[in-house]
Amino acid sequence: MSVYLLRRLIQALGVVLVMSLIVFIGVFAIGDPVEILISPDADQIERERAIVALGLDKPLWLQYLSFLGNALRGDLGRSFVFNEPALQLILNRMPATLELAFGAMFLALLVGLPLGLYAGLKPNSPVSKGIMAGSILGFSLPTFWVGLMLIMVFAVQLGWLPSTGRGETREILGMRWSFLTRDGLAHMAMPALNLALFKISLVIRLTRAGVRETMLMDYVKFARAKGLSPARVTFVHVFKNILIPVVTVVGLELGSTIAFSVVTESVFAWPGMGKLIIDSINVLDRPVIVAYLMIIVLMFITINLVVDLTYSVLDPRVRLEGK
Amino acid sequence: MTAASISASPISAAPTLEVRNLQTHFFTRAGVVKAVDGVSFTVPRGKVLGLVGESGSGKTVTGFSIIGLVDPPGRIVGGEILYQGKNLASLSEEEMRHLRGNRIAMIFQDPMMTLNPVLRIDTQMIETVRAHTKVSHEEARQRARDTLGMVGIPSPDERLKSYPHQFSGGMRQRVAIAIALLHRPELIVADEPTTALDVTIQGQILAEVQKLAATTGTSLIWITHDLSVVAGLADEIAVMYAGRVVEHGLVEQVLDRPLHPYTAGLIGSVPSRNKRGEPLRQIPGMTPSLLSLPAGCAFRSRCPRAGEECGIEPPIREILPGRDARCHRPILEAAEVASA
Amino acid sequence: MSTTTLPAAPAAPAVPPKVETPFRRFVSEFAESKIALGGLIVFTLIALIAIFAPWISPQNPYDLAQLDIMDGRMEPGTVGGDGFTFWLGTDDQGRDMLSGIMYGLRISLTVGAGSALIACLVGASLGLLAAYAGGKTDSAIMRLVDLQLSFPAILAALMILAFLGKSVTNVVIALVIVEWAYYARTVRGTALVERRREYIEAAQCLALPTRRILFRHLLPNCLPPLIVVGTMQVARAIALEATLSFLGLGVPITEPSLGLLIANGYEYMLSGKYWISFYPGIALLITIVSINLVGDQLRDVLNPRLKK
Repeated sequence: MSVYLLRRLIQALGVVLVMSLIVFIGVFAIGDPVEILISPDADQIERERAIVALGLDKPLWLQYLSFLGNALRGDLGRSFVFNEPALQLILNRMPATLELAFGAMFLALLVGLPLGLYAGLKPNSPVSKGIMAGSILGFSLPTFWVGLMLIMVFAVQLGWLPSTGRGETREILGMRWSFLTRDGLAHMAMPALNLALFKISLVIRLTRAGVRETMLMDYVKFARAKGLSPARVTFVHVFKNILIPVVTVVGLELGSTIAFSVVTESVFAWPGMGKLIIDSINVLDRPVIVAYLMIIVLMFITINLVVDLTYSVLDPRVRLEGK
Repeated sequence: MTAASISASPISAAPTLEVRNLQTHFFTRAGVVKAVDGVSFTVPRGKVLGLVGESGSGKTVTGFSIIGLVDPPGRIVGGEILYQGKNLASLSEEEMRHLRGNRIAMIFQDPMMTLNPVLRIDTQMIETVRAHTKVSHEEARQRARDTLGMVGIPSPDERLKSYPHQFSGGMRQRVAIAIALLHRPELIVADEPTTALDVTIQGQILAEVQKLAATTGTSLIWITHDLSVVAGLADEIAVMYAGRVVEHGLVEQVLDRPLHPYTAGLIGSVPSRNKRGEPLRQIPGMTPSLLSLPAGCAFRSRCPRAGEECGIEPPIREILPGRDARCHRPILEAAEVASA
Repeated sequence: MSTTTLPAAPAAPAVPPKVETPFRRFVSEFAESKIALGGLIVFTLIALIAIFAPWISPQNPYDLAQLDIMDGRMEPGTVGGDGFTFWLGTDDQGRDMLSGIMYGLRISLTVGAGSALIACLVGASLGLLAAYAGGKTDSAIMRLVDLQLSFPAILAALMILAFLGKSVTNVVIALVIVEWAYYARTVRGTALVERRREYIEAAQCLALPTRRILFRHLLPNCLPPLIVVGTMQVARAIALEATLSFLGLGVPITEPSLGLLIANGYEYMLSGKYWISFYPGIALLITIVSINLVGDQLRDVLNPRLKK
């Protein structure tokens, strides 16, 4: 197990290095680093000084090493707009994005699993067909447009839910969270649902396919031949088997959920990392863009690692191979 | 259908199970597949019935019909499965569930597929115990352990904590047999349980099952395509072809002197019965499609003895004392032809 | 017309391989699903509208001379200053929404189908190369594919546009970079199976040039899964372009695609003027759903594993 973990960690480190190289090339080689890293408002003398200070007069490989070294010390540059360290800026916005993403994933499982299970157990019922048609719609609907429609219906027409912002927050562990207050939850409801929409469809499809495949397995028939109650067959023998792939995929989707929150946060003016990155791109606040990218890469690698480990806990066959 | 001739079974004690004119059809898009079409046999108490046939002859579907696990688009459309005076075919799903795994158990063909890969052996055994008797978790575990020991699994305490993938195929089948035996059922339906195993392990398991059936008084329906297995294990044999029983009798009589040409063909194609160097004998042609069975005897097109009267479906009848067959032109000796 | 420089929307890549009898069987199998057939008809209609927008739209939404700011934000069905009926209302510039949507479709489809086509060319070539060459070439290409696929499309596209700046060309470049990997993986998977077949061996024995073997022998046999992926990816590309435009990173404001039309209506949504965002969204939705329905059925028909 520990050898397996070590090997995975080394792999992860390799991917971080590759990604840092890609980001480096993206910022320093494709674009003009002077333009990217130095505020456009700076005058000529300031520019010269900054070029030397940033080491932009040195050869590329040395620049890459110093970029790496700075990144390791958590220095990813200062935001032109906020005049704060870019990393700090992003970390401050992270809780908002995380709670939105986790809220969406929770909703996706809460809604998707039962619907998918039903559609898988009764594939020919009209309700199941409705569920599946709905899931095609869920895949096809453009997220941002659904967000707008949600606002139109629930905020403008009905006036039930607030349309923008995080609402009242409460502080825990030095971070502010919306899901701990009633007002915060009301603010979170629409964005979380909006972000969850695609994942709900995904979970429904995965669960349904899994159920239909598992139901045909001999071990399910054998479980029935043992005289177990239908509930036990469904929820222990079938469900535990499909939970593994569904959890894996949903876990892997956390990264893309965080990425897609860019859209949802823009629609609902949710002050998270996604809204920040869009604003930064629009005003060309490049240190923030670079910092965001590196953080997202790290996040992805961590998620992949955690999912793999969870998977090995859930599926005994994988655990054995790790030994 | 001459029910009278069937009840005159070679062994005439009250049978554990009696199947009368069972019909299980599958309603597919392409048409109605009559997988089982008028099957009748009895399983005497404490005896082993070998249910023999090629793939697609309906023997597995017969097994699933008995235990009430025919999945749509299939369903039992006629006949009776009598167990303790009750017709299993007319029981509700809930009533049937209480019999399943309890009084009537089943063992499946492929041991690699029958145990749930993500549940430990103890979970899968204890849930079976507790599905039918109200005992504590500890008692159930105790019973699971004892039964594992009974089927010859060493150090059952440790093995209970294992997952199925940690067992070999033969060991898994032993676990499956142990699960079937947990409630000391009166009948076990075994669907080719040794086909997927090595020959040596097959032998061990057969010997084990024979011993267990004898000591627990359990009746067995042993579904197989392998006549050599049936020869060593079964008391009675029912040969199936195209959804029907074509011959039924005591195993030594049927194997020694088959009446139905199909049975004769099956026996002829067992490799060990052929002489070295001689091409293996086989039954010409293929199993007919159950979707479009020709009128008359289903074996007619492959039968060396077929004649004009075979255009009419032959009924199953007692051709010799204690010997049933479904054939107009059974293989008889000259003296018997007159008496039959 | 001021914008006839736009290339006509390329035909959907859902064109099946033209072989005589298999093609007929393919058509009849495809038509088995009435929903998919409906999807195909709807999509054809949409494509026709997009192609002929300059001739059939009631107004040229890009010609500022035709717009009257006094007609701004009119409700659907309102009759404008010069007796012109705005069936779907007008936006803040007084632009007829119906015409705007027709022209928007044109841009959305061009960008979506165009990028999918280029991505398909790039991805399929690389996938073929990976499968045929094997070894280091294969693992290098597949590493790149894995890296690309592990990164969400929207983020990758955002980053590329952030570095390159906004323009229609850059949107297409971003979409191609985001999507090529799907084609590469699909083609490589099929090609790996196909290249072990006898006909490739025969071609190699005849010492045909590698390029000829790749494109004349291997590629045609990899087409079915490529068509399925291609159809789905066109829908994805259209949705992604709309999203990027909505975020203000897509096409320029002078020639709005559907996404940008929706974005323009965002600020009026809160005051109840729903139609500026609503109708372009419906158009986008119908386009994507119809393509997905066709793709779903294509997958079922072309997937040999599902054949019974």
